[in-house]
Amino acid sequence: MEVTIPTENNGTSWKGGNEKPLGASYGKMMMWFFILSDALTFSGFLGAYGLMRFKFHDSWPIADEVFTHFPFLHGFHAPMYYVALMTFILIFSSVTMVLAVDAGHQMNKKKVTFYMLLTILGGAIFLGSQAWEWKNFINGTYGAVKLNDGKIIQFVDATGEQISLESFVKPLHSERTQHTANKGLWFVEEAELPPFTLNEVVESFKANPGISIRTELINPETKAKTIIPHSEAMGFLNEAKSVVMGANLRENEYGKTLFANFFFFITGFHGFHVLSGVIINIIIFFNVIIGTYERRGHYEMVEKVGLYWHFVDLVWVFVFTFFYLV
Amino acid sequence: MTHAQEHNSHTKLIWKVFAILSVITIVEVALGIIKPDALYLTKILGTSPLNIIFLVLTVVKAYYITWFFMHMADEKKNLRRAVVWTSVFLIIFLATLLLIEGSYINDVLGPLTKWNY
Repeated sequence: MEVTIPTENNGTSWKGGNEKPLGASYGKMMMWFFILSDALTFSGFLGAYGLMRFKFHDSWPIADEVFTHFPFLHGFHAPMYYVALMTFILIFSSVTMVLAVDAGHQMNKKKVTFYMLLTILGGAIFLGSQAWEWKNFINGTYGAVKLNDGKIIQFVDATGEQISLESFVKPLHSERTQHTANKGLWFVEEAELPPFTLNEVVESFKANPGISIRTELINPETKAKTIIPHSEAMGFLNEAKSVVMGANLRENEYGKTLFANFFFFITGFHGFHVLSGVIINIIIFFNVIIGTYERRGHYEMVEKVGLYWHFVDLVWVFVFTFFYLV
Repeated sequence: MTHAQEHNSHTKLIWKVFAILSVITIVEVALGIIKPDALYLTKILGTSPLNIIFLVLTVVKAYYITWFFMHMADEKKNLRRAVVWTSVFLIIFLATLLLIEGSYINDVLGPLTKWNY
């Protein structure tokens, strides 16, 4: 594969000479071992996620109810479709990458350039899709109420379908004093205002006998969240502390905050890998164009970045399974 | 550059692998959306049969990506074993311990969690 300067090697050279015990060049072998260590890092994260998931096995958010958006389909319940699309984008960019490697073996500069470009585009589209997914998750869909002990209460209609706060909460007139530095604690910032106050939510709930609440607890028989009848709901709402819209590192309208934490951390870490993959791909794309590898006599660099790119795809296959399917 | 002729194109194989990966993904997504009760609500080996199917399909996908996209099939046996066996062993080891611990904590913690107000 490589153009190496013939050196004399009688097998006793400390420099190793041209011996390649694993049959791969130094760079490729090290890429494999980097991938191995990175795979173990990701399995550590996914393992920690698994631990927490088993720990809260009876009250973990159901992914189908969390990720339900699809571009241009507002209000349409579309679980999984979007993330399936993202998976296809990434798998397809893997295909163009391996086609670039294949063209590199045939020293076909034009084809390598074209397929590298497609790979970069695929990676960029994936990153954009992930940003959109994050945006929806952060903004939230329905809104919920958090209890004093941190549990999340969601609202459902008579059929058990989750409903948004906007659909039933009527604004009440109330006066509110804004917190400024000269009133009370100067170092305390005013918390961000939810679109509805807790009082408005509770009062509107009382006024609507048709709606009810849902706790995080999963019924093992039906694998659905437990619905509390309207008559018993006030026991829960008397404990209510705040209105939650969307998800962040501190609270999550879909349920456990840990779910949001792991989602942001693991998909973020993966997204960061995709980003660095795209950047490395761009560097190598320009190297291909200016003919660096043509002059070097081989396209092994494309092969090495290809390994990394496929690994990123491989990680996504597992993230997809553990966050969206299982 | 005599080696250019040694490599014949693998384009056909690549598209075949892409087709396999796509079909697996479509099956996964379809099962994930439909969630047939017989697979979703029953229990086998501590989880639902549906989850087992997802795990197996994921490993199959990982195999196709590693072997044919990353060309692990063409590497020397030593390199392949050094990478694959190490990761498979350590990941299974880690996952087993963590999941056992997780369900133990759930057994202890679960009954103490208050769900009625």
